[in-house]
Amino acid sequence: MEGWDPNTKSTLTQIPLLTTKAGPRDGTAWTQRLKEEYKSLIAYTQMNKSNDNDWFRISAANPEGTRWTGKCWYVYNLLKYEFDLQFDIPVTYPSTAPELELPQLDGKTQKMYRGGKICLTVHFKPLWAKNCPRFGIAHALCLGLAPWLAAEVPILVDSGMIKHKDDAATSAES
Amino acid sequence: MEIELDQLLADLQSLDHSDPSSLRASLDQIQSRVENLANVARSGPVRRPKVECQDMSSEVVDSNPYSRLMALQRMGIVENYERIRDFSIAIVGAGGVGSVAAEMLTRCGIGRLLLYDYDKVELANMNRLFFRPDQVGMTKTDAAVQTLSDINPDVVLESYTLNITTVDGFETFVSSLNNKSFCPSKEGTGVDLVLSCVDNYEARMAVNQACNELSQTWLESGVSEDAVSGHIQLLIPGETACFACAPPLVVASGIDERTLKREGVCAASLPTTMGVVAGLLVQNTLKFLLGFGQVSPYLGYNSLKDFFPTMQMKSNPQCSNVACLKRQEEYILAEPARDAAAKAKLEAEPQSVEEGPLHEDNEWNISVVDDNEPEGVDTKSSDVLPEGFTREFPSADESPSLDTSEAPVTDDDDLDALQKQLEALNSA
Ligand SMILES: [Zn+2]
Repeated sequence: MEGWDPNTKSTLTQIPLLTTKAGPRDGTAWTQRLKEEYKSLIAYTQMNKSNDNDWFRISAANPEGTRWTGKCWYVYNLLKYEFDLQFDIPVTYPSTAPELELPQLDGKTQKMYRGGKICLTVHFKPLWAKNCPRFGIAHALCLGLAPWLAAEVPILVDSGMIKHKDDAATSAES
Repeated sequence: MEIELDQLLADLQSLDHSDPSSLRASLDQIQSRVENLANVARSGPVRRPKVECQDMSSEVVDSNPYSRLMALQRMGIVENYERIRDFSIAIVGAGGVGSVAAEMLTRCGIGRLLLYDYDKVELANMNRLFFRPDQVGMTKTDAAVQTLSDINPDVVLESYTLNITTVDGFETFVSSLNNKSFCPSKEGTGVDLVLSCVDNYEARMAVNQACNELSQTWLESGVSEDAVSGHIQLLIPGETACFACAPPLVVASGIDERTLKREGVCAASLPTTMGVVAGLLVQNTLKFLLGFGQVSPYLGYNSLKDFFPTMQMKSNPQCSNVACLKRQEEYILAEPARDAAAKAKLEAEPQSVEEGPLHEDNEWNISVVDDNEPEGVDTKSSDVLPEGFTREFPSADESPSLDTSEAPVTDDDDLDALQKQLEALNSA
């Protein structure tokens, strides 16, 4: 796991792996996969909470479990910055990872594709490909979104591209 | 035009102070500029009329939009150029490569084009060809249809503003490929070739999935994120490697990848590299459709060294894509029939001239890679690649690379219960 910080690495190894290789078009196999996704997301969320590092909420936005929405946040200079999080499970999942989107940040940073899809590091895809089908949504969040927020939020705040919601509220009132 | 008019006005005002001896020349020059502007204003958007159905005249007159193309037939390059009117091509992705490929095929008089994209035209796209600043904000598909129908009203255009990687988008994509109303007698799907002009791995895998399921031949294209190399690849389900048979190949840029500063930006783009790749893609499309020359199985373009490596890839019997394995099975089953057909063809023309190299006029004998005997690269032993190629990432492991626990799911696990458990955690 060259190119990853020790923290991400140790967290990743504690997220339960998945076994069923199935995508949203695979019927009952997909239901099986969904159950594994939930198990691994539950374990990851519990782990974050017990480590006092709770940083996202995510839930299926449709009964098929192909669209997911929620929130993620990052604390910088003691202030919490929160963003909407959404993604679709691609038809070729889990061979390809979900493309995580932060629509509110669309156009605010170079490290993003159009539509608010975050731009992952060169290390993400190789690791995902190597671990297909064992990695799931929880792994994508841990390997993709967490390091992205840690790298980009400080830049966005320092450059004034985003404001803390309290600041934004005060300036709007005044 | 506004800028030109302002400039003209400024020039007129400066005439006051100019030397009377050069006045005549200045006036002549201004007159010709005004005439040009008047011509531009007059010519406005005029649509050329449709060419009568099934009538692609080879008459060389300046009013015939196809005369130079039909000349290919007269010169013996193409046997029957007019067949182009019967073909349907699907172009997935109307970005820097796809939009240019669409324009080329439109100018060639292709029968029908299907375009897929979900993006909008942005000012940031103006470093590329095709889209114009006045189209900013339009969907790429709408803007493309606007321009293409002006260029050639004979082409039947179908556009789909959707993301093919989502479940719904994928379904629409597959059913649109299957629609045979344009040419009901055609075998297989409703299109002759799919061109993948997308800019990401996820979308390529979706095209691969659809084409494997439909047994649809396709051409893949790509430009590297650093904008200095690209490739095209022919994929025949069951016969050649599919996009999932092995990790994608990339053309080595020839510079040390570690020196590339990737931090801070996602991707660079150049109209040149994209134009070259679009040209290679459509050239091979025309060869495939009209049956001339050779279609490259894989052609790379390294712009830094002007190096065009080629190679072939066999399908992988251990491919992770189920539809690919099905096509491979069919391909093996059809082998006796294929052999018989090839033999019959040989016997039918026993005195036929030995087919020489296709480019006999290659007087310099330039051959970058000796592909007389194309050794299909075994996709399994993927470490051995011809010069100029690397893999984008490794294959999936057989065993877990990490020391981790698994989440064994038992049958009595209930999806609703799990969902509620996560919701409880979420609201805690
Ligand atoms: Zn395959």
